[in-house]
Amino acid sequence: MTTALHFFRARGVPVAGALVALIIVTSIVNPRFLSPQSVKDLMLNATIVIILAVGQALVIITRNVDLSIGSILGLVAFGTGSLFNAFPGVPIPLVFVAGMIFGALLGAINGFLVTAAKVPALVITLGTMYIFRGVLTSWAGSKQYFSGDNPKEFGALSVDTFFGFPIITLVAIVVVAAVALYMQYMRAGRDLYAIGSAPDAAKLFGIRVTPRVLAAFIASGALTGLAGVLYTSRYNSVGALTGTGLELDVVAAVVVGGVAISGGTGTVVGAAIGAVLLSTITSSLTATRVDKFWQQAIVGVLILSAILIDRIVSLRNAKKLRVSEARDV
Amino acid sequence: MATEPQNDSPVATNAVDAEVALSLRGASKSFGPVVALADGTIEVRHGEIHALVGENGAGKSTLVKILAGLYIPDAGDFRIGGQTVAFKSPADSKTAGISVIYQEPTLFPDLTVAENIFIGRQPRNRVGFIDRGEMRARARDLFTTLGVPIDPDRVAAGLSIADQQIIEIAKAISLDAKVLVMDEPTAALSGIEVERLFGVARNLRDKGAGILFISHRFEEVFALCDRITVMRDGRYIGVHTTADVTVPEIVKEMVGRELGALFPKEVAPIGATVLAVEGLTRAGVFSDITFEVRAGEIVALAGLVGAGRTEVARAIFGIDKYDAGSVTLNGRALKPHSPIAAITAGIGFVPEDRRQQGLVMELSVAKNATLTLRESLARFGLISGKRERAAATDWTARLQVKTSSQDYAVSTLSGGNQQKVVLAKWLATEPKLLIVDEPTRGIDVGTKAEVHRLLSDLAGRGIAIIMVSSELPEVLGMADRVLVMHEGRISEEFSREAATAENVMHAATAAREVA
Repeated sequence: MTTALHFFRARGVPVAGALVALIIVTSIVNPRFLSPQSVKDLMLNATIVIILAVGQALVIITRNVDLSIGSILGLVAFGTGSLFNAFPGVPIPLVFVAGMIFGALLGAINGFLVTAAKVPALVITLGTMYIFRGVLTSWAGSKQYFSGDNPKEFGALSVDTFFGFPIITLVAIVVVAAVALYMQYMRAGRDLYAIGSAPDAAKLFGIRVTPRVLAAFIASGALTGLAGVLYTSRYNSVGALTGTGLELDVVAAVVVGGVAISGGTGTVVGAAIGAVLLSTITSSLTATRVDKFWQQAIVGVLILSAILIDRIVSLRNAKKLRVSEARDV
Repeated sequence: MATEPQNDSPVATNAVDAEVALSLRGASKSFGPVVALADGTIEVRHGEIHALVGENGAGKSTLVKILAGLYIPDAGDFRIGGQTVAFKSPADSKTAGISVIYQEPTLFPDLTVAENIFIGRQPRNRVGFIDRGEMRARARDLFTTLGVPIDPDRVAAGLSIADQQIIEIAKAISLDAKVLVMDEPTAALSGIEVERLFGVARNLRDKGAGILFISHRFEEVFALCDRITVMRDGRYIGVHTTADVTVPEIVKEMVGRELGALFPKEVAPIGATVLAVEGLTRAGVFSDITFEVRAGEIVALAGLVGAGRTEVARAIFGIDKYDAGSVTLNGRALKPHSPIAAITAGIGFVPEDRRQQGLVMELSVAKNATLTLRESLARFGLISGKRERAAATDWTARLQVKTSSQDYAVSTLSGGNQQKVVLAKWLATEPKLLIVDEPTRGIDVGTKAEVHRLLSDLAGRGIAIIMVSSELPEVLGMADRVLVMHEGRISEEFSREAATAENVMHAATAAREVA
């Protein structure tokens, strides 16, 4: 009973339900929606957002946010292109390691600024979003790297499948599983929830808030780095504009997936399902020939309803608390 | 300020006493020029429940924060089990075996009860993963020991304060705490919950824990505690064995300072009723508040922090809602929940926290002083800086605000001068009723007297004044009438002549006996 309750609080279930309903309705309207090639495209489209959403969820759970991930992804993606261009024979695993370290460093900058300056992460990462983008623009200029410039095996990661799953999607699934286990079963993961749930209490409890928040930003940066490398594998070209605007899609996916923007609740699995839902909606609205304008509006409605549900739940709790607190005056 | 030694059993000397769980001697803590604690001294033995009592501002909270590792004392000798300690963080305090239970426990609302108890030290299995089954079982065991059934799997959000405290106590036990500090734990509890808490506390004492119990309720202190330490004005006054003292003796020590004629309100003719409050009630906060204030009269709302005084003041002014009752100003019903209606009707409100609520710290003195006049100063909707300064100069001069320019940000002024700017802001509206909440908090003694002279002056001009104050000398010196609040109700009313430090304090703390 209590585990069932826990399940529903995490809200992974209703989001997953919405996803299933969406797929069923769309495939009734347009049967080709579930053709093997279409399913593969759905997974490929969702992959990068899933990984970004997992990283973002880590940060949001601590009651922070990272708006610079679009710029970080752009930097790493362009860096990956440059790396292959400069050293055509570089081993692919090394490229992944380099991309994640690069992302982690950029995440560390965010983390340091947020924990040291005690300024809301929203403002700090809005600033670094522009700074990172500026660095990328002056680095890339008008230069672009195309998928044809990269080694074949690298591009194959986004084409080849394993039991029907594209390789990069499998990478995303492994990431989700590993981070989910960490958040659920490791003390440090639970600390992140505690910090987001009540930052002051966390300090009183002697939880080491600063290193934990810093680590969340670094992890988010590293995962964004991973997504950046995969982006280069998946898409045709990378340049100065790569990843622009992605941060808001990712925050939307995380919130829709049941991670409260005020921290403390939600799961990375929920965030990942939210990412799949949002990217599937776009495809399914296209498949059912819904106007482009309505596509965006529907995403907006989803976000608002997710936030509304959060608010109603927390108001109910607050009311309960007030009633039980009322003294016998 | 004389500290007469009245110790029945003086604090243990340097000799290591196996009985003593915790001893703090001569601890001091200052914040800039403000001395929060001058001589914090306390000794808690194993197997005793030790009460710490004192007025608001006596330094109890500061002392607790030092024990909790939140404040680092400037000086003093701090020992746990005879060993000198110097905490740098709450974690140090916890490691040393001190657990603090606050009036409002600070749990993680989104985590489960079991996780709240074990956060940061959850039991782990061989792989290093958290063993949730084991954690649940241990939590259940703790609640069985305490005799309180709480579901370890539910989230903490929505738990009653009493249950939250039990969870804190469960955590303290699981930490094997040697000293349990309870900071006014009963303030928000019902009678049954208090009994349950006391049962738990006695149980822990009998198992050898030392408990420091901070409370304003004498009946609780005398029913539960073995010894009582009294503090006043940031200083240790004395320690007594409960059996050897009486409530009046303790009250006398708590308030016993020379009151003198520091804050004399001048006699002003008392006119017609300005404000009538009738049966004002807000569920769980205050109930059935009925009183009148007349022109030229200063009515003090005395009582302890949390008694509901500020809440009543805010409700009258319309910032907070109330569930029942009415407010009448000069015979006309005041629209509830509307500060604008209150201001239009002629009420001014000087809030407790002037930095947050009374002033716009970044704006100039002139702008702050004329904030309430924006409408009347504006011409075609635009405010001219010249007219603004002229209006401001008038009032700031009358109140003798010391600033070299009207254009300086108000944040550059001293606390007392800031308070004068807040007063100027309201006086410019020519109010009929002025509500002042802790008018001299954080203001130095000299300026304090000036603020008091001002209030007295205003009363002399026929303004009715409600003064919320936690400082007894201020209440006794300024008020024509004193209303004492206790747990959301007016427990006693004293005329100026009848009010004494002892009977006001007694009404504020032990209303159940008086009423």
